[in-house]
Amino acid sequence: MTEMVPTNYYVFLAAALFGIGTAGVLTRRNVIVIFMSIELMLNAVNLVFVAFARHFQSAEGQAIVFLVMIVAAAEAAVGLAIFISIFRNRETLNADEINLLKG
Amino acid sequence: MSLGVFVVLALFILGSALGVILARNPVRSAMCLVMTLFFLAVLYLFLDAHMVGTLQVIVYTGAIMVLFLFVIMLLNLQTDPEESSATTTLSAAGGLCALFVGLLMYLVGNVENVPEPARDGFGSIQSVAEALFLRLMLPFEITSVLMLVAIIGAVVLAKRKIQ
Amino acid sequence: MWIEIGIAAIKSLVVLLMVLQLAGALGWVERKGSALIQDRIGANRAGIPLFGTNITLQGLINTLMADPLKMLTKEDVVPHGVDRLLHTLAPLVTLFPALVTFAIIPFGDVLVVGDREINLQVARLDVGILYALAMVSLGVYGVVLGGWASNNRWSLLGGIRGSAQMISYEVAMGLAVVSMILLYGTVDLQTMAHEQGHLIGGWLPGWGILYQPLAFVIFLTAGIAESKRVPFDLPESESELVSGFFTEYSGSKHMMFFMTDFIEVIIVAGLGATLFFGGWQVPWLYRDGFHLPGGTLIELPNLVVALLQVASFTIKVLVLCWFQIMVRWTLPRFRYDQLMNLGWKGMLPLALANVVVTAIAVLLVQDA
Repeated sequence: MTEMVPTNYYVFLAAALFGIGTAGVLTRRNVIVIFMSIELMLNAVNLVFVAFARHFQSAEGQAIVFLVMIVAAAEAAVGLAIFISIFRNRETLNADEINLLKG
Repeated sequence: MSLGVFVVLALFILGSALGVILARNPVRSAMCLVMTLFFLAVLYLFLDAHMVGTLQVIVYTGAIMVLFLFVIMLLNLQTDPEESSATTTLSAAGGLCALFVGLLMYLVGNVENVPEPARDGFGSIQSVAEALFLRLMLPFEITSVLMLVAIIGAVVLAKRKIQ
Repeated sequence: MWIEIGIAAIKSLVVLLMVLQLAGALGWVERKGSALIQDRIGANRAGIPLFGTNITLQGLINTLMADPLKMLTKEDVVPHGVDRLLHTLAPLVTLFPALVTFAIIPFGDVLVVGDREINLQVARLDVGILYALAMVSLGVYGVVLGGWASNNRWSLLGGIRGSAQMISYEVAMGLAVVSMILLYGTVDLQTMAHEQGHLIGGWLPGWGILYQPLAFVIFLTAGIAESKRVPFDLPESESELVSGFFTEYSGSKHMMFFMTDFIEVIIVAGLGATLFFGGWQVPWLYRDGFHLPGGTLIELPNLVVALLQVASFTIKVLVLCWFQIMVRWTLPRFRYDQLMNLGWKGMLPLALANVVVTAIAVLLVQDA
C-alpha cells in the first residue's frame, strides 16, 4: 500500500455504476434484468459507503454495508417470488405486458 | 494500491456492468452481474475492508445471484426476441443518465485528498462486529425481523395454491 | 520483497502439485477400493506391454496413465444449440474455486530457513476460514451453468437439483464452522491448529473432535453433500441421469468436472483435519521437540519437526479421504425430498443448537 487512490475516484466509479444501473432500469423490459440493474445501484451505494468508511476510518460504515446487503437479499427473495407468481399467471416477464392495473 | 490497478479494476467493473444492461440473454446478464460483484469485492479488499469483501462474495455472489440464476433456470427464460433495441430510447436514456452521473460527480466528488494509512485492525472482523453489535444493535435486530418477514413472504408468494 | 513473492510462489506450487497428485491417486483408490468392497477385481487391463508381459501395477497404469491420456485426447463434442461461452465457462468456474481453497489450509507449523520463519500456509488471511466458505459458495456456479448450458432437459434437472442441494448444505457447514470459531476465538486456521496443541489433563492432546463431536459429524455430512458424492449424488445420479449436469461434456471438460469431485473430497478432508483433528499437530510434538507426558524432552531440529508435522497432516487427510470413499460405496442414495428434509429440518436446527450451546459454554468457562 505505497500510495492510495484519492477517495473521489471511488465516488466517480460509484456514480458511473449508479448511472449504468439507472439506464438499465429505464430501458430494459425484462423484469429480471430490471431487478439486476437495481442490484447494480445498490452496489454502487455500497461502494460509496466502503470508500468513505476508509476515508474517515469508521467501522460503522462497513457495518452499514453489511445491513444493506441483508436488505438486498430480502428484497431479492421477495422480488423473485413475485416474478414466479407473475410468470405462472401471465406467462410473460415483459414489463410492458403486465399492465392489468393500468387505467 | 496504485492508480493503475484501480483504473484496470474500474474498467472491468464498468465493462461488466454494461454487459448486464446490454446483454440480450438473461443468463448472460446474470453472469455479467456476478462478474461485476466479484470485481467489486476485490475493490473492497483494496479499500482495507476485508470482512465486507468476503461477505460480498459469500452473500451477494454466492447466494443472491445463485437465487437469480435458479429462478431464470426454473422459468426457462430464453433470449427474448420481442424486446426491441430501439435506438432512440436507448440513446435518450443513455444521455439522461450521463447527465445525471455528471451532476452527481460535480456535487459529491470534491473529496480530493488521499486517506491516511489505516489503523491496525481496521476492516477486520473484530472492528466490524464491534460496530455492529455495540453501536448498531437496533438496526441489526430490525433487519433480522425484516429477513424473517421476507422469508415468510417469499414462501407464501411462491407456493402453489393447495386445492 | 522479491524473496517474499518467491517463497509464496514456491508454497503455492508445492500445494497445487500435491493436491493434483492426490486427486489422481484418489481416482485409483476409488476404483480399486470400490472393487475390494464389492468383491471384484476392478480396472486392471490397460498396461504397458514390456518384456513380454503386460505391466499393470494393480491398475495404477490404467487409472493414472491411460485414463488421463484418454480424457485429454478425446474429441470435445459440443451439442447443437448450446450457448458456447457458458458451456465452456462451466468447468472452469467449477475448478477454479476448488483449487484456490487450499490457500488457507496450513500443512505445517513453521520452517526456519536461515533467519526467516516461513509459515507453512500459502496465505495468512485476516478472514481465515470465511475465505473457504466463500470459495465453496462460488462452486455452485459450475453446476448451475453446466446444467443450463447443455440444452438438455435432464442436465437442467441435474443442475437445478445440484444447486438447491449445494446452497442448502452450505448453511449447515457454515454453522458447524461457526461453532469451531466460537471455541477457538479466531478465524485463522493456523491459530486454530496451534490451539489444538494444548493438553487436557496433562496428557491428552486437545483436538477439536473431543470438544465438538456433533460439529464434526455435521461438517463431514455437509461436506459430502457439498461435493455431491454418494449418498448425496442425486444431481449426478449415475443410474438415472447418465451424468446429470455434466452429461454433455467430453474430453478435457469432463476431466475438469471429474477432478473437481476429488479435489472437493480433499478440501473436506483438509478442513476437517485442521478443524477437528489438530491439523499438522503430532501429539506432544512442539517446535523444539517432543515433550512427553512423563516429563522427558526429546530435542529435534526444526527440519525434522516440520517434516513430521507435514507427514501427520498428510496422514490425517488421507484417512478422511479414505473414509469418504468408503461411505460412497456403502450407503445407498438419498431421495431428493429426503435430502432436502435432512438439510433444512435436520442439520440446520442441530447446527444452530450446537452453536448456542457452545456459545453458552464458552461464556461460562471464560467467566470462571
